[in-house]
Amino acid sequence: MSDVPAGLETLDFSFSGGKPAGAFAPVLVGVVGSGNLEVLLEPAGGDGCAVRIETSARGFEPIWQAVMNDFHARHPLAGVRVSINDMGATPAVVSLRLDQAVAEITGGRP
Amino acid sequence: MTPSSWTSKADDRNARLARAADALGTRLAGKRVETEAIATLLEAVLSPGDRVCLEGNNQKQADFLAQALVQVDPQRIHGLHMVQSVLALPEHLDVFENGVAARLDFSFSGPQGARLAKLVSGGRIEVGAIHTYLELFARYFIDLTPKVALVAAQAADAEGNLYTGPNTEDTPAIVEATAFSGGIVIAQVNELVDGKTTMLPRIDIPADWVNFVVKAPRPNFIEPLFTRDPAQISEVQVLMAMMAIKGIYAEYGVQRLNHGIGFDTAAIELLLPTYAESLGLKGKIGKHWALNPHPALIPAIEAGWVESVHSFGSELGMEDYIRARSDVFFTGPDGNLRSNRAFCQAAGHYACDMFIGSTLQIDLDGNSSTATLGRIAGFGGAPNMGADARGRRHASPAWLKAGREARAGRTGAAGTPRGQKLVVQMVETFREHMQPAFVDRLDAWTLQEQAGMALPPIMIYGDDVTHILTEEGIANLLLCRSDAEREQAIRGVAGYTAVGLARDRRAVENLRDRGVIRRPQDLGIDPRQATRNLLAARSMRDLVRASGGLYQPPKRFRNW
Repeated sequence: MSDVPAGLETLDFSFSGGKPAGAFAPVLVGVVGSGNLEVLLEPAGGDGCAVRIETSARGFEPIWQAVMNDFHARHPLAGVRVSINDMGATPAVVSLRLDQAVAEITGGRP
Repeated sequence: MTPSSWTSKADDRNARLARAADALGTRLAGKRVETEAIATLLEAVLSPGDRVCLEGNNQKQADFLAQALVQVDPQRIHGLHMVQSVLALPEHLDVFENGVAARLDFSFSGPQGARLAKLVSGGRIEVGAIHTYLELFARYFIDLTPKVALVAAQAADAEGNLYTGPNTEDTPAIVEATAFSGGIVIAQVNELVDGKTTMLPRIDIPADWVNFVVKAPRPNFIEPLFTRDPAQISEVQVLMAMMAIKGIYAEYGVQRLNHGIGFDTAAIELLLPTYAESLGLKGKIGKHWALNPHPALIPAIEAGWVESVHSFGSELGMEDYIRARSDVFFTGPDGNLRSNRAFCQAAGHYACDMFIGSTLQIDLDGNSSTATLGRIAGFGGAPNMGADARGRRHASPAWLKAGREARAGRTGAAGTPRGQKLVVQMVETFREHMQPAFVDRLDAWTLQEQAGMALPPIMIYGDDVTHILTEEGIANLLLCRSDAEREQAIRGVAGYTAVGLARDRRAVENLRDRGVIRRPQDLGIDPRQATRNLLAARSMRDLVRASGGLYQPPKRFRNW
């Protein structure tokens, strides 16, 4: 992506070994606003879970890595692409949005 | 050596009163001093080096007298020793800049904290000590007794009786210490009544404790410190409030408590008539409060949760609501609130089973502080409210349960049965701008070095903190049996902060198995249920509606 606004940081993570999510309609939760974020889950080819984060808060890659590791441990998904637009949300809010998004594709089962 | 006189204080007071009468002439009528003559009065009654209490409270400010003190001639009046609970106004520091004052003993300087730090490092102010409120009031009666007190009241009558209105706050403690030790009390008032055709609504300070009364050109300033707009409460704060209610209030059956200032505890207040009600907790928690009249408590009061509220001060806009709910609040025969910071601090210390509040930093020993670099702010009432009452002897179920948890398996003095106050620190692991709430070393230590303090400015000591609550869980420090266990319990709720990421995962899981750490799921709480829909009011307008239109928020909160 070349049209990333100045100041944003892009981070990519990928996870393997999850369970196939199967077919589902894309899910969007949250809003892009100060201290908040938007999470988009879409079906994707392959058996991995690819995560792309665009965040206005630079320099927090190790924390994102830890948050996404825990997310994958809670919800080992495969065949899913996760896109995050973040405006400085705290890890607690990020985890909450991710859990809310997954609940929508798994029908409310945590 | 025998002193030559045993009445030097009374003689000195009489001499000062005579000086004032001489200097004021016809501008003094009884105890009333003409507004324009205030500088003359101050220069007549003050002497260099006097200890002066300028009433600066958490909310009410003797602002006119503060301005007048800045204006006195530093050639005549200088080197004053100021004792006051809060430094809120610029004038509170201006008197040090112009040399009128030199020494300071205080409790809280929130809004002036950065400027105070600069004046201290520049050698313009000598700070005696930073106190908690009750501690400072106590010293007014021992070794910091004011020679002159400058206080604020709503109204005075011709004899000099004072009516403070709902914001009585510190006035009785200040005036009592001054008036009964040969000192002089000067009150600024918004209104004068003659006491014959118009009477004071009630008398808060009797006339013979007051020497001079002066009408201020403007009503005294009052800060609405405790108003929180529910619109700004986040889902994470709702989650933490749910955990507090289920994991601590219900667990211990907390009936008597104090809430600190902030959105975290406002969220709890707004969940009582909704979430807590759904858990069947009405009547089992939250009956008696040491609390300012928080607008966020209105829905719980209206739903019949609250039996009593005693207040340190009042809150702007709550006057009519308080009057209409006199069963709940402490009110005078006139119907208005009577607050009293000294008594409410005593009540919070001895008669409450729990304090819950926020902080900025917590270290691995559980010490917590709001002190930050470049500021000397003090902590107001928190050190008193957030400390175990070691002199307490009466029992209650919550206090006994906390005491049992702390003492189980211990022997000797540490095992002697007694209760313990619940002291809960409630923080999100990251504050705004991703500032971690958990740190290896408090800024307080650096501040101590910079300002040359005897001790680091710690707000609540780790050995008084019983629970740390974050969005990740509750750490019950009462159940920890070693420093290492306590450290892992704290790391175990510190989330993705560096302190949290450095946890020993096995030790933390072990603590969770023992119930020392409890996650939301351990409490039967699904974080996805934590929505703002649970709040009994989601806006200022909702609060007004809940009060039946009795609550009248200050303009800046009228956002609809």
